[in-house]
Amino acid sequence: MRYAMAIDTRKCVGCSDCVVACQTENNVPIGFCRDWVVEVMDGSYPQLEIEIRSERCNHCANSPCVRCCPTGASHYSDGGIVLVTENKCIGCGACIASCPYDARYSHPEGYVDKCTFCIHRIQKGLEPACVAACPTKCMYFGDMDDPNSNVSKILKVRKYKTLIPEAGTDPQLYFLI
Amino acid sequence: MATRRDFIRISGLGLGGLAASTTSYGFYKQLSKSDLKPSELKIDTTRTPTYCEVCFWKCAGWVYKNEEGNIWKVIGNDEDQHSNGRLCPRGTGGPGMYYDQDRLKTPLIRTEERGKQTFREASWDEALDHIADRMKSIAGEFGPECFALLTHGSGGKYFGNLIQAFGSSSIAAPSYAQCRGPREVAFQTTFGEGVGSPERIDIRDTRCLVLIGSHLGENMHNGQVQEMSDAIDKGASIITVDPRFSIAASKSKYWLPIKPATDIALLLAWIHVLIYEESYDEEYIEKYTYGFEQLKAHVKNMTPEWAYGITTIEPELIRKSAKEMADASPAVIIHPGRHVTWYGDDTQRERAIAILNALMGSWGRRGGYYVPEQVDVPSWPHPPYPTPSRTWKDAFPDQYNLAYETLASGICDATIPTISKACNFKGWIVNGTNLLKTIPDREKVIEAIQNLELMVVVDTMPMEITGWADVVLPECTYLERYDSIRVSPHRKPAVALRMPATEPLYDSKPAYWMAKELSKRLGLEDYFSWNSIEEMLDWQFNKIGTSLEEMKRIGVKTFERSYDDLYYYPDQEVEFYTNSGKIELYSTDLAAEGFDPIPVYTPHEEPPEGFYRLNYGRAPAHTFSRTANNPNLTDIMEENTVWINPKVARIWGIDNGQYIYLENQDGVRSTFPIKTRVTERIRWDSVFMVHGFGHNNKKLSRAYGKGASDSELITRVHTDPIMGGTGMRGNFVTFKFEPAKNDV
Repeated sequence: MRYAMAIDTRKCVGCSDCVVACQTENNVPIGFCRDWVVEVMDGSYPQLEIEIRSERCNHCANSPCVRCCPTGASHYSDGGIVLVTENKCIGCGACIASCPYDARYSHPEGYVDKCTFCIHRIQKGLEPACVAACPTKCMYFGDMDDPNSNVSKILKVRKYKTLIPEAGTDPQLYFLI
Repeated sequence: MATRRDFIRISGLGLGGLAASTTSYGFYKQLSKSDLKPSELKIDTTRTPTYCEVCFWKCAGWVYKNEEGNIWKVIGNDEDQHSNGRLCPRGTGGPGMYYDQDRLKTPLIRTEERGKQTFREASWDEALDHIADRMKSIAGEFGPECFALLTHGSGGKYFGNLIQAFGSSSIAAPSYAQCRGPREVAFQTTFGEGVGSPERIDIRDTRCLVLIGSHLGENMHNGQVQEMSDAIDKGASIITVDPRFSIAASKSKYWLPIKPATDIALLLAWIHVLIYEESYDEEYIEKYTYGFEQLKAHVKNMTPEWAYGITTIEPELIRKSAKEMADASPAVIIHPGRHVTWYGDDTQRERAIAILNALMGSWGRRGGYYVPEQVDVPSWPHPPYPTPSRTWKDAFPDQYNLAYETLASGICDATIPTISKACNFKGWIVNGTNLLKTIPDREKVIEAIQNLELMVVVDTMPMEITGWADVVLPECTYLERYDSIRVSPHRKPAVALRMPATEPLYDSKPAYWMAKELSKRLGLEDYFSWNSIEEMLDWQFNKIGTSLEEMKRIGVKTFERSYDDLYYYPDQEVEFYTNSGKIELYSTDLAAEGFDPIPVYTPHEEPPEGFYRLNYGRAPAHTFSRTANNPNLTDIMEENTVWINPKVARIWGIDNGQYIYLENQDGVRSTFPIKTRVTERIRWDSVFMVHGFGHNNKKLSRAYGKGASDSELITRVHTDPIMGGTGMRGNFVTFKFEPAKNDV
C-alpha cells in the first residue's frame, strides 16, 4: 500500500478551502497551517500564465525528515504516510530544516506538526479533509498500489510532475499539468 | 427633529460573557488542552443541519461538534444542489463567526453622558420596549410608511413580516440596486424572466462559458465554481473578458484584456459577427424572438474593426472568440454576472449579454440556461397586511418603472428630505448589512442616517453601521438559531433547514424571536401567532410533505420536478412573459419607457493623467465586509492589496509590498494605507482591490485598519436611469504616500 495525492492545477482556483478545512478538521492553531496554496505567474501583460498548487507534506518515500529525526518521532506509518509522534518529539527542528518543501512547523505546544493525510479519516474510509472539502474536486487521493484508486486512475491519463524531484526524496504528491 | 448622531465605537461595552478577553487562538487552545485529538473524535455522533449564512449562496451543510459539545466544523450536505457536499472556504470557516470574541454581546441603547454620546448596555425588555415606543410615536406623527427595512440576512424575513404588519412595504436588499438588479431587469425585458439566484445557468453541461468581468473562482459562488471545474474536466472552453488576468482568465482558451468600460462595444461586435457571418441559431431566432431585423440593422456597422478602436481587442480575437461560441451553441453561456452595477448603463450591457444568449439559442437549452423550479412553501397564516398609503417609489415618480424590487439607495435618497419627494423615511431597521460599505457615497448615507428619528441595527458583529444606530440588537450567528426554510430555484425543487447546533453565546438572540417580541409590544401579535418557531416550521414542512423531525435528520429534501423538463424540447411552443410573448431582441418595454430598445455603446469618462480606474472585486475567503474579522478567514487573508501594473509602479517609484494611500478624483484619500501588489496581471489603466476591507471600528480587533476601503473611494455614482442601479466603476484613483492631513 502506498498512499499518494494528485492535484489538478488546471482546476484549482486557489481558494484555500483546503487550508481552512484542514485547520478546522485537525484543530490547527490560527496562524499555522499544514497545507497552503502557491500561485506561480509567468509572462508579461497580456501573455500570462498562472499555475496554482495546493501544497502540503509530500509524504516522501525517501524522507529526509524521518532520517534526520534524533528520537524516532518522525516515522513512516501505514501506506508510507509520514507522521510525527508528538510525545516523542523534542522540538529540535532538524526535520523542519531538512524538508525541501517547508512542510513542517513548530506547534505552539512544543512539537513539530504537519500534514497526516488525515490518517484518522482514512482509517474510517473517508478522504482527507482537504480532498473532501475542495469545491473544484481538483484533488485525488488513494493507494498507488491499487490500479482502481482515484489517484492511480488519474495519473494514468494525465501529464503530471512532482516538486523538486532533484532532491531525490521520492515525493508522493503529484501535480497534474 | 432627530438629534445628530456621533459615530460611537462599540468598545469597552458588552464585555460580559465568556472569552471576551481571550484571543481567537485561545479558543482553539482550550480545545487542544483537553487533549482533543482528531482520531479520538467520534465522527457522525452529533451533527445538526444548517445552511450557510456567510454568503448569499446559502449552501446546506452539517455542523459537527466535538466531544465537549463545542462547535468543531461545518461540512457540506451531499444532497444539496447548492453545495454538493462541498463548502467554500468561507463556509468551511463559518465556525469563526461563532467563535469571534468581538461579537455583539448585549443590546445597546444610544445615550448621552456628560455631553458625549455613548451606548449603554440594556436588557432585551428595555431595548425592545424602547424600540416599540419610538416606532409608535414616530408612526403617530409621520405614518407607519415612514419605516423601511434594509436587510441582507436570513433574519430579514421576520422583520419583513413585522414591518409589513406595521404598515410599510418598503423593504430593500442592497443586493438589488447595488448588485444584480440591472441583470434582472435586462433578462426580464428580453426573456420575460430574471436570472435569479442561484443563477439558472447550466455550466455543468456547457461547451463554452463566456465571462464578462465575472471572476468565478475568486467569487466563490459555490455551485458555479464546482460546475466550472466539471466543465473544464469535460473539455469545455472558457472565454474571459477582463482588464485583469483573473483566475478564470488563467483557465481560459481566450482572454480578452479589454479596456475597462467598453464592454458594450465588444458585445455589439460579437453580435455583428454572429449575424453577418450567419452563425446564429436561425431556427430559434425565427421561432422565439422579436425584433431580429431591427437588431441586424442596428449592428450593421459595429464590426470587430470598429470595436478594436474602442476596446483594444484585436479584430481577429473578436472573430475567433465569436466562432468559439457559435461552434458550441446552443451549449454556450454568456454569463450574466452577478455584481453588475458598474457604469450606469448596466441594464443595457446586460441586455446585450441577453441578446447574445438568444442568438446562440442557449436560453432553455442544455448547456445554456435551464428552466428552474422551486418549492412553493406557504406562509404561516396571518391577517392581511394594511395597505400603505405611500411607498419608496412615490419618491421617484416616473423613474425606475422597470425596477421590480425596492432600491436600497432609493430609500437612502428618500430619507434625505427635499420638497419634491412625496415619501420620506424616518425609521430604518437594518438587518445584517453594513450599509456604509454597501451603498456607495458614504457621506450621503451618513446624511440620510442623520435625518432618521430611529435606526435599529441587528447584527452579529460591531460593523460600522452599528456605530450610527440608536439601538443595537445582537443577533446570534446562524450556527445558534433557527431561520426560515431555505427555498430557492434550482434544477430540482428543494428545501433546507437551519437549526441551532448550540445555545446562543452571550445575550444574543435569533431574529425571529426579536420580531415576535416586538410584535407583542406593537399590538401585532396576530401576525406572529405561532407558539414556537418549531411549530411554525413543522407546519410549513407538513404542507409540502415532510416534517421538522424528518428535516432534522436529512437537512435537505429534494423533490421531483412537477412540470416540464429542465430544457425546452425541440419545437416546443413557448410563451415568454414579455409584451410580444417572444424573446425581445428589440425591447418594447424599454422603448415604451423612452430608453434605447437595442443597446447602444456610449463612451465613458476615462481616467485623467496620473489616475487609474478603480476596479474592485472579491477574494475567495471573504464575503463583502462581513467576514473581515472572522479569525479563520483573516488567517487566510487579513488585508487587501492594490494591484498595480509594473510599468505604472516604475513611473511612480512604487515597490511591491509597500504601503501607500489611494486618493480619488474628488480628493478623498483612503483612511488607511494599503499594501501594493505590483503585478503583470492588471492593465496599466486601472488598479484592482478586493472589496470589504479598511474597517474603521476598533472593536473589530482583527479587521480594524487592515487594508483600504474601496467603498470610501467610490464617491461618484453613475445611476442607471432604467432601474436605479448605482454604477460604481466610474471612479479614478491616484497614489499618495502620506495620510490625509485631517487624519494625522
